[in-house]
Amino acid sequence: MPVQKPVQKPTDGYHDHPVRSYVLTGGRAHPTRNTLRPETLLCAVDDGRELPLGAGRHERALLETCRGTLSLAELAAYLRLPASLVAVLVSDLIDAGYLAVRSGGAHDLPGIDLLEEVLDGLRNF
Amino acid sequence: MASATSEPDALVQDAVVPDAAAGAQHLAPTVVRSVKILVVGAYGVGKTTLIGAVSEIPILSTEETITTASVGVDPRLGAKSTTTVAMDFGRVTVGGETALYLFGTPGQRRFWDLWVGLADGAVGVLLLVDTRRLEDSFEVLDQLEEHTQLPVAVVVNEFPGAPAHAAEDVLRALDLPLDTPLVSGDLRGRAQAVEALRALVAHAVRLRSAESSAA
Repeated sequence: MPVQKPVQKPTDGYHDHPVRSYVLTGGRAHPTRNTLRPETLLCAVDDGRELPLGAGRHERALLETCRGTLSLAELAAYLRLPASLVAVLVSDLIDAGYLAVRSGGAHDLPGIDLLEEVLDGLRNF
Repeated sequence: MASATSEPDALVQDAVVPDAAAGAQHLAPTVVRSVKILVVGAYGVGKTTLIGAVSEIPILSTEETITTASVGVDPRLGAKSTTTVAMDFGRVTVGGETALYLFGTPGQRRFWDLWVGLADGAVGVLLLVDTRRLEDSFEVLDQLEEHTQLPVAVVVNEFPGAPAHAAEDVLRALDLPLDTPLVSGDLRGRAQAVEALRALVAHAVRLRSAESSAA
C-alpha cells in the first residue's frame, strides 16, 4: 500500500459550495487554537507541498492570497468571508503545516519596548 | 469530497475568490510583528476617515453576521433575522518591522465580541467624539470601562460649525481622567491622524512605565 501523506482530517466534510459557514468548516464554530486575533500575521509555508485533493476552494484561495504576509483580518477582507470562518480555516491550515504564524504568539499586551518602537516609528512620519 | 456536480450556488464566491490573491497587498518581508489600536466612536463620527488618513493600504472591511431570534414577530415571517456588522480597518508599517493595524470598531462593545480577540492585547483605544453629540460617546465609554483597562485617548473631530470646547471641559463631560490625551482637528489630514496615534501610544508608554515602577 502506498504511503499517503496525512490528509487533513477536517477538510473531509467540505463541500465546494458557498453555503453556510458551519458547512464550510465541517460543522465547527471555533478554531482549534485560540491564539488567533484579527491582527495575527500569517504566511503560507513555501515547501512545495500541495493541498490534498479534498481541500476546499476557500482553503486554496486562502493559501494563494497568503503567499506574502497578511493579517487574519486582511485575509478575511480579501476573501470576503467572515473573520470567524477564516480563523477556523487558518487553524486547520496551521495544524496541517501549510500556513505559519509570522508574528510572535499572542501575548497579553505589547511590551514597553515595542510601544516605544511604535512611537518612534510614528514620530518619523 | 467535492463532487463533480454542477454548482448552482457558486455565483457570488466564484466572482470574488479568484481576485483575492491578485489584489492582496502583502506586508514587507521585514515585518515580523503586529500591534493594533482600536478606533471607536459613534456612527458617522469619522472613524474610517481617520484610518484612511494614515493607512498605507486602501481601507478594508470585514463583516460578521449576527443571527437573532426575533421577538414578537409573526412566526410566518420566520423566527430569525440576521444583521450584518462591518468593521473597517487599515494598516501602517512603523519602524520597518511592525505592522500597526487600526480597527474601526462599532461603538457598542457587544459588537466587538463578533471579532474574537479584537480587544485583547490592543495598544489602546482612540475614542472619536463629535462635540455636538457628546452623549453618543457615553455608551461606548461605559462599556470601555466595564470591559477593558486599555489606555484611551480622545480625538475631537472638528466638524464645521461645532462649538469649540476646552479639552478639560470635554474630558469632564466624558468623565475621563484629566490627564487623558486629547487631540482635535480635521481628521482628514494625515498629520492630525498621526498626531492622534502618537498621543495614544505615548500615553500607553506612560501608563505602562507607571505600572512597572509601581510593581
